[in-house]
Amino acid sequence: MTAKKFPVEASHILMFARSVGDDNPVYSDADYAKSTEAGSIIAPPTFAQASAQFDPDYFLRPKPGQPWFGSGKNPTGAAPRGGGGGGGGGGGGGGLHAEQHFEYHRHLKPGDVLTATSLPGKTWEKEGKRSGKLVFSESVTEYRDQMGELVITARSVGVRTERPVDAPAS
Amino acid sequence: MALSASKLKEGDTHTARLVEDLKRTQIVQYAGASGDYNPLHTDEIFTTKVAGYPSVFAHGMLTMGMTGKMLTDYVGDARLTKYGVRFTSQVWPGDTLDSTATVKAIKDEGGQKLVELDIVTVNQDGVQVLSGSAEARIDP
Repeated sequence: MTAKKFPVEASHILMFARSVGDDNPVYSDADYAKSTEAGSIIAPPTFAQASAQFDPDYFLRPKPGQPWFGSGKNPTGAAPRGGGGGGGGGGGGGGLHAEQHFEYHRHLKPGDVLTATSLPGKTWEKEGKRSGKLVFSESVTEYRDQMGELVITARSVGVRTERPVDAPAS
Repeated sequence: MALSASKLKEGDTHTARLVEDLKRTQIVQYAGASGDYNPLHTDEIFTTKVAGYPSVFAHGMLTMGMTGKMLTDYVGDARLTKYGVRFTSQVWPGDTLDSTATVKAIKDEGGQKLVELDIVTVNQDGVQVLSGSAEARIDP
């Protein structure tokens, strides 16, 4: 996940918190949040993942004038592009999200303007019972604020499988 | 609301229901908010006919996000210092999820008390869908 400018905004935090079913007013009510230890609205712990919205090249977002692999007239609009290398949503076209880790140096709040820089990490393979050969790849994303301070370190592991993983192992 | 080291002990647990009968619409809501529009999560036709799955399924990050509510409701706002998970099984529309945090250790780092937690989220069949750990600042 790479974003030159990821503005953290109150309405985005509200929508994100709703989407994970979290009605804690610290994510939506500025007056209430002021009275809490957080001191202001903060973002829920997995919010940094929404930096995908600000990654201009994020491949899991349809873009005007470009082929999109989801269904339209036909079940797919294009062959899925590669990816899933530990990146944000974990990938498409056979790629899934295997692990996600966050380290919080401080919590995000509206008004923060972050940059996100990703570096590839290790790659390794494993034989899976349900889905054939598994290829794991890791990436580390550093989120820095407007002062250049490191606020969140994220480590993501993506996995590509030979076959779809269709059911839990009994 | 914050946890206190003097009142916590290893093995203490906190459990919460994350979702009952997960709806496709909530998965769509998460796609929109997070920006992850992978059709595997929202496009039943692509997912069944092209990708070969029985139906769309939730983003791992939706399960992590819902599990995060259990966690922050337990440790308090702005208290988390670490939160990491492994996605161990897929979460499908219709699933009901419960999540438990278990106190693994209480430690002291330069006068700051911290709690280490193990986290497990299971579906209605008892299948683990997420496992992980977290660390949070707690009061003395």
